[in-house]
Parts: sequence; structure tokens; C-alpha cells
Amino acid sequence: MSRTIRRYSLLMVLLAITGLILFLLNVALGSVYIPLSQVVKVLIGSPVEVDSWSFIIHKTRLPQAVTAILAGAGLAVGGLQMQALFRNPLADPSILGVSSGAGLGVAVVLMFGGFSGFALSALGWLGHLTVTMAAFMGAMVVLFLILILANRLRDNAMLLIVGIMVGYAASALVGILKFYSMKEDVHSFVIWGLGSFSSVSWVRMQVFFPVVLIGLVGAILLIKPLNIMTLGDEYASNLGVNINRARFWVLACTGILTATITAFCGPIAFLGLAVPHLTKGLFRTSNQQILVPAVMVAGSILALFCNLTARLPGFDGALPINAVTSMIGAPVVIYVILRGRKLIQLNV
Amino acid sequence: MRELIVTSDLAVGYQQGKKENALHSNINVKLIQGEFVCLLGPNGAGKSTLLKTMAGFISVLGGNVFIGDKKLSDYSNKEKASQIAVVLTERPMVPNMTVYDLVALGRSPFTGFFGRLRGVDKKAVLRAISTVGLEGFELRNLMQLSDGERQKAFIAKALVQETPAILLDEPTAFLDLPSRVEIMHLLKNLAHKQQKGILLSTHDLDLALQTADKVWLLANGLPMETGVPEDLVLTNEFRKFFEREGILFDNATGRFTMANAHVKSIRLIGKGVEFKWVSRALSRSGFTTSDDPFSRFQVEIRSNEQREYILSGPSGKPMRLRTIEDLLQQLKIADEQYKLTE
Repeated sequence: MSRTIRRYSLLMVLLAITGLILFLLNVALGSVYIPLSQVVKVLIGSPVEVDSWSFIIHKTRLPQAVTAILAGAGLAVGGLQMQALFRNPLADPSILGVSSGAGLGVAVVLMFGGFSGFALSALGWLGHLTVTMAAFMGAMVVLFLILILANRLRDNAMLLIVGIMVGYAASALVGILKFYSMKEDVHSFVIWGLGSFSSVSWVRMQVFFPVVLIGLVGAILLIKPLNIMTLGDEYASNLGVNINRARFWVLACTGILTATITAFCGPIAFLGLAVPHLTKGLFRTSNQQILVPAVMVAGSILALFCNLTARLPGFDGALPINAVTSMIGAPVVIYVILRGRKLIQLNV
Repeated sequence: MRELIVTSDLAVGYQQGKKENALHSNINVKLIQGEFVCLLGPNGAGKSTLLKTMAGFISVLGGNVFIGDKKLSDYSNKEKASQIAVVLTERPMVPNMTVYDLVALGRSPFTGFFGRLRGVDKKAVLRAISTVGLEGFELRNLMQLSDGERQKAFIAKALVQETPAILLDEPTAFLDLPSRVEIMHLLKNLAHKQQKGILLSTHDLDLALQTADKVWLLANGLPMETGVPEDLVLTNEFRKFFEREGILFDNATGRFTMANAHVKSIRLIGKGVEFKWVSRALSRSGFTTSDDPFSRFQVEIRSNEQREYILSGPSGKPMRLRTIEDLLQQLKIADEQYKLTE
């Protein structure tokens, strides 16, 4: 018993150190070279040789790293919750159709621009804010729909299918809107769809940070019911869990995390699916008391790593984050399958 | 003894939309503390539905289920968790879950907001694991266990919940014979030694007859019958409940027999364990053993130094045979010859 606890603690410490190193690398590396000693000086608030260095770190790199940490933790824990709730190893936060809803919101705003005769992309900062708002609204509409249905449908499999169907419907509408939109708007929609951790400034962080934090705290508060629900609804209700209420809160928690992160960073693929599997492989436990915090840290690490990869010299910040997460996520999932782990649950 | 679960005029079944699909009504049964009860009946009779209704997973279609003096529907999930523990046919396979993890989840009704186990809880978990005989398997992955061991782990999960009643839906299904016997005896001992009321559904009639304190019989179109197994045999209830075309419950042997098998009489002389097994083999071949000296065939078992079976018929001299296999073969030949001459 105590040996496994020591193993978990050791792994957690290792993960935390890796996260810290990646955070520093995210701040230190970029298209503009800044000496490491100067980076440290900026971080602890001492004056530096070149003013623009301090500006770059404060205004660009630092918020981007913080965004990556929050988004990575949020999406990963959302994925873990969905996999536990639906007892399906292929579930991820986008399975609820929430990110498709966000996409639809963005597309609606773009089409409005198309009809009124000017490209929204020309609006600059204001246009950017509108896109975020639209994405959030779209995501919330889908989330409410799912939550209402969750109270009506007792069967989780049904809910899963409804979520996927809502996603398809939203994607179809997006397709129609794209067809009628102006070229520039479609382009900006595509850019939004590629995802980015760089669009959260300190001003926007004042919204992003607290909302994601609420979601993360919510996930920690839901550890006990989530743990029991991995045994299925009947066992869970026999162990005193109020299934409908617990399911509502788990869906709300993942929904808010996904809606917010998708609105601010675009739909980030694969993190939510790959990180829980990676973490389960590393910790080899089913206990959510360990998995929830571990998945948050691992999600942050992977997001920071992807962000760093996307900015490798040569790519010049041009590599979209979504491409990187999928490139890392896909081999991970394949690796997990090849290792012979049972991805499909055998319910005898 | 305390009555744990009592039903009054209970009707069970499924609700499909607004239509009620009642499988059974007017069920009046009692699960009593310290009793080991087997629920028997053919497939589709509604055994699972009854168990799930008694556990509160399905709402009643009529009548009531009482725990103590309170209706089951008036209990909150939390209160229910302190009264009834279940083992279901569904055996969830959670990747990486160990025996300890699973049994620890059974302790959930006792743990705080984050579900952390205190010292008492940890002791209770280890005790439950050793009670079901899984000592040393605590850190074993559920997926690496045999079906029987996994079933024991789920029983430990129910045990650690410390409820007066435990309901199990076909706990012996998919298990090999030794595991079935083991599980049944484990449950019986739990009922008697820990004074729990244990109700399980099963298809293992033989085992149920041997171990159950009470048997509940459930079949389509018949009112539910309950009682001590021997009473039910003597009042022909068993025969009635399992009556199917061509298959009969033999009240004398407690076994199912083919009703249309041609029954011939044979005299068997012998004693002890050989007598039992030879008569079993003969009955399989369509002969009932008797002590009638005027029987057509006679088999004498000699077990002094070397075991011998002496077969004598209406014609010919007695044959000395070494194995039951030879005996049955010769008997068959003799029987054919006899039929021809008749």
C-alpha cells in the first residue's frame, strides 16, 4: 500500500518539475532571442537591458503560457470526466457537442458580417472580441440543451448519441454558413478553428482565468461521485450517489470548461482524449482522487509542450496549435491501443 | 428475527413510456435477518426485475416494498445505501482498478466529501477482502482475476457496505462448478455467521436445494411460492414450477429427468458408494433400481478385493464385468436380445 503511495507522490513531483521547466522554456524561448538571465530578471521584476524584452515577456509569452496551462488542465480534466461518466475510453470534452456549438456561434457572427457587406475580420480587436463572445454563446446554448436532455434521458448512451448528433447538426449549419460567407471571413473562421493560446491578453485573462478556475475546482469537488460512477449507474446509486444530480454537475463542469476554453482558444483537439490515457498509463490507477489532479498537471504539461513545439525556430509561430496537439495526440492513442490495453469496456 | 425487506401486494415490471408492463403482481415475501434465500425460476420470469425493484432501481408498479416500517420509496439514496447492498449481473471492468480500489468504493457511504478512507475504513476493506478469501489479492487488477475471484471481489464490495441485507443477481452465472459451490457456501456462511439477510437469484437448482434456508419460486403465470426447499419438494411445488414439455422434477431424487424416457426395472444388489454410482449410471440408461427379485435383470456389486459387477438376465449365464462402462454395454446388448425374443 505505502509503496504505491510513494510511487504516486514521486510521479506527481516529477510531473510538477517537468511542468515548471516547460513553463520557463515557454517564457524563455520564442522568435526573439532573450538571454536566460534576463528572462529570470523580468520574471522577478528587476530592470533589464532592453525594454522590449520585458514587453515581449509580459505582454506575449507570459499570458500565452498561463493560457496553455489553464486550457491544458481544463480540457484534460474534462476528458477524464467524460470518459468516467460515459464509461467510454473514446469520450472527450467535445463529445457533448459543446465545441461544435462554439463553432456555430462563430460562424453565425461571420455570416452576419457577410450579409451586412463587410468582412468582420476587418474590425480587428473588436471583431476578435465578438468572435469570442459568439463562440461562448454558441457553446452555452448547446450545453443547456444537453443539460435539459440529461434530466430527461436516464440512459447515458442515449445522451452520448444526442451529443454527437447535436455536434453533427452544428457542423452542417457551419458548412452552409461557410458556403455563403465571404472569403476573408471563411479564412478567419479557419484560423479560429486551428486554435491558439496567444489570443488571451491580460484583459481577457480577467474573464478566462476565474471561469476556468471555477471549472477546475468543480472537477475536484466532483471527485467522489465521479469515482463511484465508474462502476455504472446502478452500483453508484446503491452506494448513495444521486445519479441525476451528479451527472448534471459533471456535465456542467466539463461543459463550462470546454465552452470557455473553446471560446478563447478555439477548438483544441485531442488534448482531452490523449491526456487521460497518458496519465492512466503512467499512474496505473483507476482512483479519481489521484487521476484528477494528475490529469490536470499532465494536461498543462502537454499544452505547454505543444505550444513550445508550435513556436520552434523555423515555424516562427506559424504552426497552429491544433495541428501540434493532434500530431502528438494521435500517436499516443495508437500507442495505447497497441500496448494491448482494453479500450472498449467489456460489460458482461 | 428481524424482518429486513417486506413486500406487500407488490407488482413488478417495466414502464415503457406511459404503458405499464407488469410481469408479476401480488408478491408478498419477507427477507429475514440471518436467512439465505434463493430466488429460482425459469429465464424471463422476472427474477432480475424483482431484485431490482427490491433494491430500488426500478419503481414499483403496485403495492409496496418496506424496509423496517418505512416505504423504500421514502428512503433517500444515502439511507438506502445503509440498508441494502447489491451485486449485479453487470461486472464493470474499469481499467487499472484493483481489488482494493473496488472494495474501497463500497465504503463510499461512510466516507467524507472527497471519499478518503479513514483508518477504520481501511481496516474494514481489508477485513472484507479476507472474509471472501481474497487475502493477498488486494493489489491485483480486476481484469487479471478469474470470474470466480472477481465475483468474490464484488461480494466484498457489498460486504464492506455493512448493510443488513445483500441482494445478488445471478452471482454464480458464468462460473465453473467449484467456484459456484464456493460462492454459494460463502454467501450461506455470511448469512449465518454475520446474521445478514441474503437474497440471490440463480439457476443452480441443485446448489440452491442444498444450501438455501428458504426458496422463492417465480414463474410466469403462477403465484409466487416461498418456503423451505424440502417442503416445496414434498408439496409438488417444484414439479409445478419447472414443468416443461418432456422434463420432470423427480421428487425422489431431487433431479430433473426426461419424462418420456422408457423406464425399466432392474434389481441392484450392493451397498455404499458403489451402489450409489451404479444406480445413477443405470438410471441414466433408463433403468430404475429396485429390490424386486422378479426383475428382468439383476446386477450384483462385489467389492471385496477387486470390484466386480455381475450381470444376470432372464437367459444366459451371469457375466462378470470390471467397469460400469462394460456393464452398461452388456446390459444394452442383453436388453436388445430380450426385446427380439419377446
